[in-house]
Amino acid sequence: MCRDCGCSLGPEATRAPFAAGTNSSLKIETIEVITAILGENDRVAAHNREHFDEHGVLALNLMSSPGAGKTSLLEATIRALDGRLRVAVIEGDLATENDADRIRACGVPAVQITTGNACHLDAKMVHDAAHDLPLAGLDVLFIENVGNLVCPASFDLGQHRNVTLLSVPEGDDKPAKYPVMFRAADLSLLTKTDLLPYIGEFSPERARGALRQIGFDGETIELTSRGGAGFETWLAWLDREVAAQRERAARGESARPRVQPDGASAHAAGSRPQR
Amino acid sequence: MHELSVCQALIEQVTRVARDNDARRVISIVITVGPLSGVEPQLLEHAYPLAAAGTVAQDASLVIETVPVRVRCCSCAAETEAQANRLVCGACSDWQVDVIGGEEMLLTRVEIETETASIH
Repeated sequence: MCRDCGCSLGPEATRAPFAAGTNSSLKIETIEVITAILGENDRVAAHNREHFDEHGVLALNLMSSPGAGKTSLLEATIRALDGRLRVAVIEGDLATENDADRIRACGVPAVQITTGNACHLDAKMVHDAAHDLPLAGLDVLFIENVGNLVCPASFDLGQHRNVTLLSVPEGDDKPAKYPVMFRAADLSLLTKTDLLPYIGEFSPERARGALRQIGFDGETIELTSRGGAGFETWLAWLDREVAAQRERAARGESARPRVQPDGASAHAAGSRPQR
Repeated sequence: MHELSVCQALIEQVTRVARDNDARRVISIVITVGPLSGVEPQLLEHAYPLAAAGTVAQDASLVIETVPVRVRCCSCAAETEAQANRLVCGACSDWQVDVIGGEEMLLTRVEIETETASIH
């Protein structure tokens, strides 16, 4: 069922000889290729997505800077769900099992990927981690990416939706500084809003404005992982997405984040780029 | 600094093209990169020699063609250039736009040296 056991996805890159050079024994040729540089990653990501769809699992990729509250959000979410949805988590960090330990302490399976010095997760890492999880018995797989507002945005993992977190202490202009990352979001969470009374510099309205300026037109939820109305709105979003994924899976359909890294969007179009 | 990962993926693609076309060596590689791809051309240039070392593309030059962010306005239909952190219509300033360029991260051309069949 995996690339390791022989299944393959996607045609080979389009290529054709373009021009011939000298007529000596050595010849110079220019080969027109036009293929996604990250095409191999995209291929594995598509394969991951097939695994998730096969089991009707919703895969969410959580991205933010380090310390924005991804793990705290997951802990609070798992506790609030109280078994209502079956959850597992893939944790990405450069080092330590700390985050996976925190998730396991909430009573759900977690796999820690330690990337060494790599600043992002890629599809192959997620593929290997997913094989250590009971996908058949899950409703939601959270993939907590490496805390980083740059690199993770360029790699498709096979997720259905991207969720970005922007925490109040970081400042409301973060979307303008890191447009590629925040533009990739399907859902934007403004976290640690319990700190708003102490950090007057942060304006949720300005944050929303900065998100609009970079072309984000999805839903924005203000919340704190300590609970409250915003947190309930997040849980309701999760319920809707899980239900939508079940329906799609039953129809044999899938979903992708609204914004795709370039190579992945070429695959999504169902056709290779034309020469 | 994910540019090293991107360069390693690039070299894998180029190596495949070289092998499929019986190349003795790769002379140049042309890629197209847009600001919304999330990779920085200058960092790609720095990372490239590390990824290329010891491969068929070891001595190949890397040519990076950069393209601007372009948007099509949903209100006035104008197609204009935009900044990555200000995706608004250049004509009417409306923020409801479709991105039509600037997300590229593509391998476009590979120049290779091959040996012709009729030697001597």
